[in-house]
Formats: sequence, C-alpha cells, structure tokens
Amino acid sequence: MGKFIIRRILQSFIVIVGVTLLAFLTIHLSGDPTYLFVSERASEQEIIETRAKLGFDRPLHEQYLTFLARLAQGDFGTSLRSRKPAIELVMERLPATLELTFSAMLFSLVLALPIGIISAIKRGTPLDGGIMLIAMFGQSMPSFWLGIMLLLFVGLQLRWLPISGHEPVLSLALEGNLIGAISAIPEAIRFLILPSITIGVFSLSRNARLIRSSMLEVLNQDYIVTARSKGLHQRNVILKHALKNAMLPVVTLLGLEFGFLLSGVVVTETVFSWPGVGRLVYNAITGRDIPVVQAAVVTFSFMFVLLNLLVDILYVQLDPRIRLN
Amino acid sequence: MTENRVSTLRSENLMPRSSEWRRARGSLIRARWPIVAIGLLGLLVLVTIFGPAIAPKDPNRQTLIERLLPPLHTNEDGQLDYILGSDVMGRDVLSRIIYGARVSLMVGLAAVLIGGTLGTTLGVIAGYFGGVIDDVIMRIADIQLAFPFILLTIMVLVVLGPGVLNLVIVLGVGQWVTYARIARGQTISVRSKEYVEAARSIGATNLDIILRAIVPNIVSPLIVIASFNVASVILSEASLSYLGLGVPEDVATWGKILAESRDQLLAGKWWLAVFPGIAIMLTVLSLNILGDWLRDFLDPRLRGNGM
Repeated sequence: MGKFIIRRILQSFIVIVGVTLLAFLTIHLSGDPTYLFVSERASEQEIIETRAKLGFDRPLHEQYLTFLARLAQGDFGTSLRSRKPAIELVMERLPATLELTFSAMLFSLVLALPIGIISAIKRGTPLDGGIMLIAMFGQSMPSFWLGIMLLLFVGLQLRWLPISGHEPVLSLALEGNLIGAISAIPEAIRFLILPSITIGVFSLSRNARLIRSSMLEVLNQDYIVTARSKGLHQRNVILKHALKNAMLPVVTLLGLEFGFLLSGVVVTETVFSWPGVGRLVYNAITGRDIPVVQAAVVTFSFMFVLLNLLVDILYVQLDPRIRLN
Repeated sequence: MTENRVSTLRSENLMPRSSEWRRARGSLIRARWPIVAIGLLGLLVLVTIFGPAIAPKDPNRQTLIERLLPPLHTNEDGQLDYILGSDVMGRDVLSRIIYGARVSLMVGLAAVLIGGTLGTTLGVIAGYFGGVIDDVIMRIADIQLAFPFILLTIMVLVVLGPGVLNLVIVLGVGQWVTYARIARGQTISVRSKEYVEAARSIGATNLDIILRAIVPNIVSPLIVIASFNVASVILSEASLSYLGLGVPEDVATWGKILAESRDQLLAGKWWLAVFPGIAIMLTVLSLNILGDWLRDFLDPRLRGNGM
C-alpha cells in the first residue's frame, strides 16, 4: 500500500517534469521565441532587451533550468496585454472555473448513476433503448454547440435562465466570507445551470453507458445470483452487491474526467462569457498573449496530475485487489 | 492431381472470407442503425469528393447586399437561392458547410492515420521486443496520458499559428497512446502463438514476423478504435476552429462557421449556429454507431472498456 503510493507520487513527479519540459519546448517551436513575448509594434531595441531579459540568447538547457526556477516562484512572466503577472490573472479567475467544473462534474455523476442503473435493470426494453440513443447523441455533439443551442432556445427564446453572468461563491468563501458565500448560492446556481449542462452532457452520456455496461457485467456474476437466491430484495442486490463493484471503472475515469471537463471549460466559458480561466485563455489566444496561455496550461496540468494521484490513491482504498500488483 | 490440390486449397482460403462478409451483412441487417450510419458516411464522402460540383455557390464569395438572409430564401424570380441562409458577409451557408465537410473529414482521417501508424508501430515494437524499449515507450505513453492533451494542443497551435498541416500533426500525435497500448497488449498475446514460432523456425526475420504474422492478427481492435477516434478528432477540430486555432481565415470549416455565428446569436440569426452543428453531430454520431457495431462484430471483448 505504502509502496504503491510512493511509486505513484514518483510517477506524478516525472509527469510534472514532463509537463514543464513540454510547456518550455513548445514556445521554441517557432524558432526565436522572443517575438512571442513582445507586442507586434515592438522596436528593435525592445526586442533585443526582451531577448536578453528572458534569456533566450542563452543555451537551451540553461534556459530550461531558469524556467524551472521561475516556475517554482510562480513567475510565468507578465501578460503582454495587461502588463500584470500572468499567474496572478490565472489565479484571479480560477475560482469561477472551479465552480463551473465541479458543478458540471456533479451534474454528470449524479444523473449518470440512476440512469445507468435503470438502463441496466431494464435492459432490452424501449426505455433502455431510448436512454442509450439519447446518450449516443450526447456523445456526438460538440459541447460548445450544445451550449449555443441552450443559449439560443432556453436563454433567448424561452427566457428561463440567464445566458451570461456569474455570481461568485468560491472566491467569497476563500476570502473568509462564508455567510456571504452561502447566501449567494441560489443566485449562483441560476447562472451555473446552462454552462454546467453544456460541459457535463458528454460525460453524463459516457458515464451512463459505462455504468450500464459495467452493471450488466456485474449482474451476471455468481455472487449476484447467490444474493438473489438467498431471497434478498432486488433493491438490496442492486445497491449493496452490484453497485459497489460496478462503480470501479467509473472511479478510474474520474481523474481523467476532471481534465476532460477542464478542457471543455475553455470553449464553454467563451460561449457563456463566464469570467474564468477559460475565457482568459481564449482572449490570450486571440491576442497571442503567450505568458498567460503558458501559465494557464501549466496550472491546469498541475491540478490534473495532482487530482489523478488522489483518485488513484482512492481507488486502491476501494479495490483491494490492486494492492497485490 | 497436384494442380487439383492447389485449387482446393485456394478455394478453402477464400471460403472463410466470403462467409465473413455474409456474417457481417447479417449482423448489419439485424442491427439496423449501422446501415443508416454507413449510408450517411457514404453521403458525406460523396459530398467531400464532389463538393465543388454540388455546392450551389462559391463558399467564399461575399455578396454584401444579401447578408444574413434566413433559410429557404427565394430571389425575385421566386427561386430558392439560399437554402440554409447566408452569413454576415453574404456567403452561402450550405456551400460553406459542404466545403467544411472536406476539411473536417480530411483532418479526422489524416490525424487518425498519423496517430494510428505511429501508435501501432511503437506499440508493436514495445510488445514484440519487450525489455528496456518497452519500458521507455510505455512510460512516455503514461506521461502523455496523464496530461490534458487538448491544452498542449492549444499551446502548440498558439505558437505555430493556425494551419491545416499543423492541426493534423498536433491532433495526430495526440492520438498515438491509445493505439500503442492496444497494439502492445495484442502483440504480447500473439507473440507466443504457434504460427509465430513456426515463422521464426523457418528463419523469418523479425520484420517479416511483425508484418506478416503479427500485424494482420492484431488489426481488428485497432480498426474499432480508429472509427471512434475519427469521431473524437472531428470534435476536437471543431472546438479548436471555434477558438480560432484550427485553420486559416480563408478555409471554411464547421467549427469556424460556428465561431462566426457568435456575434449574430443575440440578433436571433439561429441558422448560422444550428446547421453546421447538425452536420458535425450527424457525422460524429454515424462514426460512433459504426464504431459500436464494429466493436461488437470484430471484438466483443472490448465492450465495457469505457470505449
């Protein structure tokens, strides 16, 4: 158990080194990266100064070490547009993005469980067929397009929910204003519904299908037959005996899921003008503001790696069979 | 006599093939939906090939006096001229969608070809030779898998700038891990089979064994993955184009038509957003249905692997 965790932490460390190396090398893909860090109207003098200041005139390995040292201090350089430290811009917007990611995750998991279970129990019925067909559609839509459709029809046509806006909860809570944060939740939910559905539908569809097929597999196992023949109630068999085992493949996906949702965030935030890291990245892309893109990508990757580590450790707790390997 | 024997052998060799086709046909008819999917994809391929002949207008011709016309618009003579409407620069939406099909499909296929070839090659090498080579390749795969690849894609494309070739390479390289893992696993299970031993005992080289004995026997799960993969690459391409990272200004793609619709939504110009999205959805849906069927038909063991 301890060995496994140590090995996983070492692996995560290697991945993080890989991430920083990739983030570092990417900006050298275009040749001289200096031009990525100055505005288009920069003078020759300014270019030379920037090159020297960022050290692009030095050997590559030296640059990487400097890059790592700066990274350790959270220094990604200053944004070309706002002249503020890039990491500061990312951190300012991170709470809004986390709110959205977690509510999308909640949406997709809370619904996927009952839908997948019902579909498995009612296997082969029109209900199962219908659910699986809808899930198939859910996996085939570009999420941002679903967002546009929701915005057009639920937001603009029916006027049920706001099409943009955000009520901060997490940043209030982080400032220590817990009462303010809690009282903001109802209003925040109204803004969260459409973007969360947008990001979550793909995962919801995939998870529902996954839970269904994993339930079907488990329901054929001998111990389920035994549980049934003991005369246990159907509900007990499903919830106590089958579900726990059927959840394992879903837990494996949780960590990857978070990364997946985070990438969905970039496009979805653009659709709903959500004031998070995603929209920051979008604006940075259009303005070719490399320090901001780099800071956001590295921050997201770190979070992703750490979360995967946590999920793996959780997984070992759930499935003792892993520990033997 | 000898002549006779050879011909029987040949026909025996052919027999399983034609019965395989018959089995495929039977399974297709029973499943029904895959037939619709194959039909739609066939249509898409035709549209891709004959795009210029089918498209009613030049996809980039701007007619500013005919901007933002709604679908089923008729001209003064009562003839239908903009079937799916026109965009903010007076370009025909239908023609742009038809030309967009070419980019989406080509990017999808090319990226999967690159990723599939790269991944299968590395996976087979890792599985066949084992040892240090295997360790190195699979650790790199683990690192890439532990990294939200779309973010790296975004960064690479910001640095390199938009372009079809950049897009195809970046998306292709993003896919290799899946193929490598499957190819490696399959190679390991095939490696010790009698026919591989037999080939080795008559002096076949490693390359011969890999190409003639191993690859043909591991190809079916890879085909299944490829069909899902084309679908997911098409979705990624759409997202990247929506972010303005996909293709250059003058190339119409489904994602880009959607990006251009953004400023028109509040004005209620719904057709700019609805039709390209339906095109993406039908394409991806068909590929997913086809993939599901291929999986059940070729390799039912893959079921429940989250695929």
